[in-house]
Amino acid sequence: MTDIAGKYTVEPFSASTEKREKFNRLLKKRYASEARFKMWGIAAVSVAVVFLVLLLGSIILQGSSAFVTTKVELEVSLDREIIDPQGTNDPMVIASADYNKILRNAMQSLFPEVESRRERRDMMDLISSGAAFELAAHVRDNPELIGQTIKFDVLTDDLVDMLRKGYIERNVPEEDRKLNDFQIGIFDKLVASGALYGTFNTELLTTGDSREPENAGLWGAVVGSFFTLVVTLGIAFPLGVMAAIYLEEFAPKNRITDMIEVNINNLAAVPSIVFGLLGLAVFLNFFGMPRSAPLVGGLVLALQALPIIIIASRAAIKAVPPSIREAALGMGASPLQTVLHHTLPLSMPGMLTGAILGMAHALGETAPLLMIGMVAFIVDVPGGFTSPATVLPVQIYLWADSPERAFVEKTSAAIMVLLVFLVFMNAIAIYLRKKFERKW
Amino acid sequence: MALKTSFAALGAAAVLATAFAGQAAARDQIHIVGSSTVFPFTTATAEAFGKLGSFKTPVVESTGTGGGMKLFCGGVGTDTPDLTGASRRIKKSEIELCAKNGVAEIVEVKIGFDGIVFANSKEGPVLDLTKAQIWKALSAQVVVDGALVDNPYTMWNEIDGGLPATKIEVLGPPPTSGTRDAFSELVMETGCEEAEAVEAFKAAGDEKAKGCMKIREDGAYIEAGENDNLIVQKLVANKDAFGIFGYSFLEENADKIQGAKIEGVEPEYDNISSGKYGVSRSLFVYVKKAHIGTVPGIQEFMTEYTSGKAMGEDGYLADKGLIALPESEASKIRTTVANMTPLDPAAF
Repeated sequence: MTDIAGKYTVEPFSASTEKREKFNRLLKKRYASEARFKMWGIAAVSVAVVFLVLLLGSIILQGSSAFVTTKVELEVSLDREIIDPQGTNDPMVIASADYNKILRNAMQSLFPEVESRRERRDMMDLISSGAAFELAAHVRDNPELIGQTIKFDVLTDDLVDMLRKGYIERNVPEEDRKLNDFQIGIFDKLVASGALYGTFNTELLTTGDSREPENAGLWGAVVGSFFTLVVTLGIAFPLGVMAAIYLEEFAPKNRITDMIEVNINNLAAVPSIVFGLLGLAVFLNFFGMPRSAPLVGGLVLALQALPIIIIASRAAIKAVPPSIREAALGMGASPLQTVLHHTLPLSMPGMLTGAILGMAHALGETAPLLMIGMVAFIVDVPGGFTSPATVLPVQIYLWADSPERAFVEKTSAAIMVLLVFLVFMNAIAIYLRKKFERKW
Repeated sequence: MALKTSFAALGAAAVLATAFAGQAAARDQIHIVGSSTVFPFTTATAEAFGKLGSFKTPVVESTGTGGGMKLFCGGVGTDTPDLTGASRRIKKSEIELCAKNGVAEIVEVKIGFDGIVFANSKEGPVLDLTKAQIWKALSAQVVVDGALVDNPYTMWNEIDGGLPATKIEVLGPPPTSGTRDAFSELVMETGCEEAEAVEAFKAAGDEKAKGCMKIREDGAYIEAGENDNLIVQKLVANKDAFGIFGYSFLEENADKIQGAKIEGVEPEYDNISSGKYGVSRSLFVYVKKAHIGTVPGIQEFMTEYTSGKAMGEDGYLADKGLIALPESEASKIRTTVANMTPLDPAAF
């Protein structure tokens, strides 16, 4: 091959027609192989895009319906006899009254023909078991309503929601359905009268976890993720930046720093469960910190994010041209002043980008949290760094594992919320980079 | 400037960390660990208990039965869990571990039963299987003409002419799962005996016939992970496949899948509750007696758990798929909870 090419460069014009044809054939072949290479490249990208679209499409298709929930409007008469017969107006008395009875009366007034005990129970099963608590809280906060008849919208049971969304087939035999014919009859009447309607699912975004799908929300997990990430950022960012500055600007180049450098790079590739085991051994068993706490979760994730931040920060510092440092030193600045006044501010956008990407990574972690007890069912929205909490990806995992069918769409909806957070964090990283980026 | 703030933040974090390090003492929230099978029931009770308003909602972790026991027996003190769920009875070795770490008094509370079903899509046929047939379909080695050979069966009708001519394809839990443990014990072990294969294993030098419980690894049995919802979805997509999972998933998806009869008995609530359906196990919650009085609400929580409105036949746990204890047994359990009678280690 090479000697043929050599010949052409020496005597291209004296080549015979035969040689020229050979040259053209070769040229064509080279063009063809380039076209083929491009085609493979496009095919690879298309496959990736198709998978991404399929994945996102199926999640959105399954999850979007979870943002709508089903409510039924009831006329509830807040009978003083039931709620507060002594007229004490004590919030405790008001809250602990039998609101199920009030709801039962309200449903009964809609369907006076329902008489048997069994049918009444089937009818009441259509309403969320959390409805009585909701009504209790409403009356406790507005005691002036006692004695009146108010319109109150209560959540329906998740099965009713599934039926309205078409996830429960009507044409299967009655015994294979979770709702019987009588209940579906009631449902149809409620729909026809306009009392039953779909509305935006605020519970999904404002409440903590629940075993009743209609009451289950993500807020507890969102707050848990927030507390966890605050700890992670608060520890990993300053440590990471300081380590990067020292290694890049001050550390002598010798065996030890080389070792440290190699180890930081290795640490970035350590499986995350290992950090969880470390957290269990050090933070829980040795320091005796509480289980399931965002503080410990944050510490573990900080260990995990640290190498990512150090590597990104070092790259950012390296990108600052030496002329800046030399100018500062030339003007009489000390090395520390050079770093603090010039190198650090100029490399900050790159460091922040690295930090945010590290945080986004940490936001999606479940494995290290398993060991420290954050994979747990927690109803109360966490109130601080040591109260038991869970995080968004764990919530997704727990819902995916629940038998109730309504959790299928909830799982996808939770994934959508997590993705929104991830996209948002990455968008901030891009924005910071674009805004503060300096071209040299 | 930025460095100063960094130092300040670091200092603050360090102070925060040390401040909480010594503060693990007081806890006002019940902490529960244990089996993933008991998890749905414990969480439902925890939520209802929290809604009563007198105590905080307990924190429930799903760690698996064995993992839960290890944490539970880790010692006495508020940094260890108060209760643990188990999909099998506590083992002697676990009681010893507990005792070694100072957990002397453990209260055993049986909360109900869980059935394991062998199910397929509604579009497939309803099978009536014996345990021996299931064993033959799934065992790594079977006996053919008196000799132990690698499982040769690929079609159901090769095992028994009455079974359909479809490929053997079973989706089930991995070995780490409690459901798998129970399945091995209740189906594979007895199936092996029914198929009269135990002797063959013993003759081959396998003293305890452990080979009976070994599930084939040639692709006919597919480990589908711990996610039972996924198995259900796969069954709906493939009408020839069978799945092994807990009864609650069958109940929840009764419009899409059906359970095979085992030894002629359908996997139905009444059959499991009465013990007619042979593939069911008891579920337990264990209470660390030393924590009663230290962590508020344990006694009340267990009273709620064992009350009729929770674990009774019409209770909210039955809605979640728990199979209730017969009333006579339930009332005994309630007495145990009321008195918090500890287990007698000598009985093991």
